[in-house]
Order: sequence, then C-alpha cells, then structure tokens
Amino acid sequence: MGKFIRLKKGFDINLAGKASSKLAQTEQPETFAIKPTDFYGIYMPKVVVNEGDVVKAGSPLFHDKKNENIIFTSPVSGEVVAIKRGERRKLLEVKILADTKVEHLPFTKYSISEIANLTRDQIQPQLLKSGVWLNLVQRPFGIVADPAETPKSIFISGFDSHPLAPDYNFLFKGQEQYFQVGIDILKKFTEGPIHLNVHTKKELGAIFSQVQGVELNKFSGPHPAGCVGVQIHHIDPLGKSDVIWTINPYGVVQIGKLFMNGIYDASKILAVAGSEVKDPQYYKTYIGASVSKFLKNNLKQEHVRVISGNVLTGTKINSDGHVGFYDQMVSVIPEGDKYEFLGWITSSPQKLSVSRAWGLFSFLNYKKEYILDSNTKGEPRAFVQTGVFEKVTPMDVLPTHLLKAIIAEDFDDMEALGIYEVIEEDLALCEFVDVSKHQVQAILREGIELMQTS
Amino acid sequence: MKFLRDALDKAKHNFEKGGKWEKFYYVFEAFVRIAFVPNTTAPPKGAQVRDAVDMKRLMMTVIIAMVPCLIFGMFNIGYQHFLALGQKAGIGEMFWIGAVQVVPIIIVSYASGLGVEFIFATLRRHPVNEGFLVSGMLIPLVMPPDVPLWQVAIATIFAVLIGKEAFGGTGMNVLNVALTARAFLYFAYPVDIAGEVWTYLPEAAKTVEGYSGATPLAIAANSITTGENVVTALNNFGHGWADSIFSFSNMFLGLIPGSIGETSTLMCLIGAFILIFTGVGSWKIIVSVFAGAYGMGLFLNLVGGNPFVELPAHYHLVMGGLAFGAVFMATDPVTAAQTERGKWFYGALIGIMTVLVRVFNPAYPEGIMLAILLMNVFAPLIDYFVVSANKKRRLKRATV
Repeated sequence: MGKFIRLKKGFDINLAGKASSKLAQTEQPETFAIKPTDFYGIYMPKVVVNEGDVVKAGSPLFHDKKNENIIFTSPVSGEVVAIKRGERRKLLEVKILADTKVEHLPFTKYSISEIANLTRDQIQPQLLKSGVWLNLVQRPFGIVADPAETPKSIFISGFDSHPLAPDYNFLFKGQEQYFQVGIDILKKFTEGPIHLNVHTKKELGAIFSQVQGVELNKFSGPHPAGCVGVQIHHIDPLGKSDVIWTINPYGVVQIGKLFMNGIYDASKILAVAGSEVKDPQYYKTYIGASVSKFLKNNLKQEHVRVISGNVLTGTKINSDGHVGFYDQMVSVIPEGDKYEFLGWITSSPQKLSVSRAWGLFSFLNYKKEYILDSNTKGEPRAFVQTGVFEKVTPMDVLPTHLLKAIIAEDFDDMEALGIYEVIEEDLALCEFVDVSKHQVQAILREGIELMQTS
Repeated sequence: MKFLRDALDKAKHNFEKGGKWEKFYYVFEAFVRIAFVPNTTAPPKGAQVRDAVDMKRLMMTVIIAMVPCLIFGMFNIGYQHFLALGQKAGIGEMFWIGAVQVVPIIIVSYASGLGVEFIFATLRRHPVNEGFLVSGMLIPLVMPPDVPLWQVAIATIFAVLIGKEAFGGTGMNVLNVALTARAFLYFAYPVDIAGEVWTYLPEAAKTVEGYSGATPLAIAANSITTGENVVTALNNFGHGWADSIFSFSNMFLGLIPGSIGETSTLMCLIGAFILIFTGVGSWKIIVSVFAGAYGMGLFLNLVGGNPFVELPAHYHLVMGGLAFGAVFMATDPVTAAQTERGKWFYGALIGIMTVLVRVFNPAYPEGIMLAILLMNVFAPLIDYFVVSANKKRRLKRATV
C-alpha cells in the first residue's frame, strides 16, 4: 500500500490570474518549435532536417550526437521554416509551420492483450523513435533518461503545486485508458514499484483513482510537495549509485496513445494564466506551440513578462515565443524593471513575503491573490543564514551548505550534502525567498553539471 | 519622487566607467540604493518572482527591535545621573540628559564605521553592505554612558577593519562586529570600561552621601571574598540614597547602572518578541541562551561553594548584559551557528559559558561578551558536527 507523507515546510505562492476550468475556442498557432535547451543531459543535438523539409508529427528533427537513439521529433506536421542557432552555432530551436490538419507518422499499434505480453526490448525502440522517450527524466541530475539504465523505481507526481499550476484533473480528463496502458508499459522498465503521488487536499480524479499497478502515495502540505524530487526523498531516497526515472502524467498518456493508436500524439492542454491575462483559461494545442495566438487581445497591458512554465522555474520567452517541451502552462506577469522609492522599507499590501520583517504584512493574509512582478526586490549579497531556506525545504538537505559546496566546487561535499537528490525545481523556493538574492537554481545546475562531467 | 530619480540618472554617468568620479561608483550606488530599490529583474531562467524581503529590510527590522532598549537607555542614564546626585528631576529632564550623552555616540559610531565601509568599498570595488546598519546601533548600546567619543571611534574602526573587512565584509566575518568593538575597548582601555564607570557623572559632580557606582555583577563577584549572601548584599546596596536599587524587579526593569542599552531585561524581551515574531532573530538561540544560563545557575546552586555560586539561578538572567547579548548579539545571522540544530547547542553553550565566566573568573565580571565571542569562534565547529550528521544519514541510506 502507498504511504502518507505529511509535509509542513514550504510555501504556497498565491497569485492572481488562475486559469478557469474552461477550454478556449481559438484557432491553432501557426508555428511550433522544439528547443534543445529544454532538455538536460544532451551532449550535442544533430539536426537531421533542412529548412523547407516537410515533416509529419513524429518525424525526427534532431538527435543527440552522443546517443543517437535519443530522437527529438516534430509535434505537428508541416514545413521546417527555421533552424535557429546561437553563438558558436549552438542549436536554439527548430521551428515548424504547421499544416491545418495534423498528419501522423504511423507507428506500430497494439491491442491491450498484446501490450501485456510485450517486453522491454520490443517497447524501447518505439518509445525512442517516436520521441515520447523524452518524457522520461532520470534522477540524479534531471536529465533525459539513459536507455541503457534500469531504474530502481519510477515516480509520477500526480499534482502540480507551483503557483497558478494547471489542474491535472482538467488536463487529463478522459485519458484514463491511455494512462493505464502507459503505466503497464512503464512497468516493463523496472523491477521496483511505480509511485503515483497525489495530494490529500486536491480532488482525486478518475485517472488516478482507477489506475491499476501503481503505489498510490498521499502527500499533504504546501509547495514543493508536488515536486517529484521531494516525493522521491520521502518515499524512496536516491543513494549514490541509484537511478530513478520520473515522468509527468502527460508523458504516461502519450506513451499509452503511442501504443494504442500507433501515433505520436503531441496534443496537450495548456493553461494560460497570470495577473496580466484578461481571460486566464486552458487551450488545446500541441507541444512547442507559439504563444502569440493565445495572448493576442488577451493581455491587460503591454509591458509584461511571458514565461513558459510557472513563475518559480519557468523560462522567459517573447510574446511570440514557443512553449517549452515539458511545460503545461504559460504565465504572464508584469515586467518589474522599475525603481521603487524607498522600496526597502515602505509597506504595501501588495508585497508578498514569507518573512514577517518590518512592513511586510502578507503573513496576515496568504489567502489573498497577489500580483508579483519580475523585479528582484533587492540586490545580491553574501549568504546570510536567516533560516529561511530551511523553512521552505521539506527535505533533509541543507541548502546553504550545498550551495556553498557548489560555489567552492567541492565535489566530495556536493555529493555528501545530497546534490543527487535535488534539481532546480526542488530548491526553486529558496531562490524566491533568498534575502541575498542568489540565483539558486543556476548555481545548482552548475553543480549538477560539475558532478556529471566529473 | 521622479525629480530625484531624474537627478540621480543625470549624475550617474560621472560615476560610471570613464566618468570623472569613477572611483566612487560604489559609494554613489550605496546612496542611490537607499533612495530607490534598483530596477533589476529576474534572469530569463529560474525564479521569475522574488520575495519582497531584502537585506536592508531585514537589518532595519533588527534596528527597530533595538529601539525600546535605546529609548529606555536614554531615560535610564538620566535616572541614574540624578539618583547619584541625589536630585529630583522629571522624566523629560532625565531623558534629555541621556539623549545628550547617547546621540553623539551613535553619530560617531555610524560615521566611523560607515567611513571604513565606504573606503573599503571604494578600494576593493565591492558594493557597500548593510551589515553595519545594525552594528552601528549595537555598538553605542553596549558602551558605558560616559565613554570618550574618540574611544568609540577607535573601537568601531578596529571592529570593522579587523573584525569584518579583513575577512571580506558582511557575511564573511567570524566575530560579531559590535562585540569586537566592546572587547577591544575592554582590553585596550580597561580603566575606562571597567569599574564604576556605568553612571554618567560630569567631572567634579558632587554625589549623594553613600553613593557607589558598583554594578550587581561587581557586588556578586565581591561576595566571594566577603562571604556575604549575594541576594542580601544586592538588597542592602544603595541604602539611604537608592533603596532596593538592585532588587530583582528593579534589575528586571533595568533601572540600574550599566551600558547604555543593556540594563533592562524587559526592553530586551520586547526586542526579542519583535525579532522572534518577525522571524528575523532565531528563537532557538534566544531561548537556549536563557535556558543554558538558567540551567547552569541551577547546577551551580546544587554544587554550592561560595555565595556567588549559590546565587539563585534566575538572578543571572537579569544581571549584566545577558538578556541583551542573548537577544541582539547571539542571534547575529552571520556569526551564529548556521544549522538549525546547531543553534540549540550554540545558544545553550553561550548561556553556560556566561555563567561560568561570571562565577569563576571575577576578573571579567561581564561573562556574556566573552561567551559570545568564544562561541562565534566555535560556531563553525558545531555546524561541522551537524553537517556531518546530515552526511552520515545520507550515507547510511545509500548502503541499505
């Protein structure tokens, strides 16, 4: 039976502009893009298409040079219109102008009874070839799963606790059968259990309550309870040589669709939310969609920051940029590039803080929906141990010490202090609350890359 | 405030690279950033929103927590002054006498400390840190009321230079800056900061008959030789000119001679409440210092030996600077233990050491100063054990 884990540490950032549970009726975006920068652990992407090529949904766009089996495929059918490169010819994105009707590259279709008898050797090539493999993320390091590895267990977080996060019950409504098949297929990859983690306060939808063959664990408490790294830490912690795979329910559904329907179905429901969105709601589109159609005539003002993903871990994109591979939401907040007179001492009911320091009264009302902009609200300083990191880290990890070990490039200490157990999202709240305004997530990724290459 | 912003933007190019005052860029920046929180935005990847708290606000909260001690300290200087002279005076007059003494000390402390900070920022080309905002206020509060201003300046400069900048500035220092200043004075000018210096008396002032400027700790230390019960000695002190000045309740309220801001346990507790409520000061440290001192006091009572050892444990909490040190010095987020578990040990050891120094080393009647400085040095060791325990837990898990 599954476990019940009560988390006390953490913090829910309550932002204005939650997506209401309805699906917008708009036309599809014209362009879609796959960005290699969304993935970690990719040595060097090798592009296999040229501008002007016609592709179908599921056709390869590029693959990893080191591991040619890891293939990045097109989410839609259409024409490759741009292969964008940055400095030193680093591949930034491959952009596709979509057809009005998506055509799929055919993959092998199986019946439910056939799926039950498949082995890993039969499954793996199809997962890799179609591109759904990318949904499997490997811990430690949060990289694309290594096809040669066998994980000790697989983790699925059944809820998203990030600010403005989409409701999984809405995203995956009616996908029960695909989800079940996806789980059945994942079971062939591990001897250990598949952990599906849900939150006690969130409604348990049919997709998670009916599924067979998983350990259903219940979590309670604030964010980062939904971060799969935190869940692993409490249920099946990672040791030095352990490997665990994680996957979002979206990926499980995609695997199910691949085997039941024989297609790479990249359609996904996306939440467009945030205080600057006029009508925050959900949109049905495909992986890598351009956000321009969703934001057109839908913004309260022009001076905004558009974020692919949530406000804690997301990536800033242009207002005609494309959504990241793993992201299931777009957040739009005010850009904060303005000065605030005596802002370090003045009080305002709009200021949100975990702290109760002078002039900050948000602790009286965390239920209120706040409007936060992108200002850093202070300057970088040396680490000062205020104990606030510990308050938002529900793990037996000492964030300050780990970060200092990374900065000092002390490999032994990084390992001993638990760098294998965390990726950016697990410590994202530390970056939010940091009095000294460090870029915690960037430092952490630096450390992870040091460990990987060591 | 647009005109100010415009004026600053206009002046800015003089301080930027190639400008005529390029050297003073960080000094200029420091002032600009007091007026305005900068317009920097979050990087493209990572947390796109940030908590409203920053170092300046944190430091400001600590200063606000010190205000009750400061105000009461000013009043108390006047109160002690008139008590020693045997004169009657109104509260306003007492407060005025104190303010005249204290304000110049605060000004000198800030001016000399910030002066060093600015010089270092200019020479070393780093931003000016906010840390001294708190230290600059703490230093006056631990000075005797009639300390010469030049001594305040020297002590402050020494503390900032050797105690902090030599290690790389705020966040890197090992020792609490304000206590370094106090310790410097204590060892460099022992005559001026030890003995009966705790009441402000102008030169050639005629004190009331029977006046003595002894402090409770000095009386307690003295009892070791006289063999008199400390509580009796304290209660009998001041007979005729200040009856029951050293009663428990009076010491709790702080109407006794002592450093400017540290006499009143009550005011320190108000400060502690502010720090704990706002979460700026660690409640674990504050509580464990008091608990450590009280526990050690109780233990000594059981052992017995001399009158100071037999002093009821709760007296230790209201005498000297224990409360002030526990609330404002031990909680310094830079020099205290950095791990949550370590904070318990760190605080408790400060409390224990304070009482030990007081009772067994009467040459240094004020134990808290030395206890905190000592534990500042040992804090990394405490953390080392806590961090090792964390590593071991992880290692254990891996082999299972």
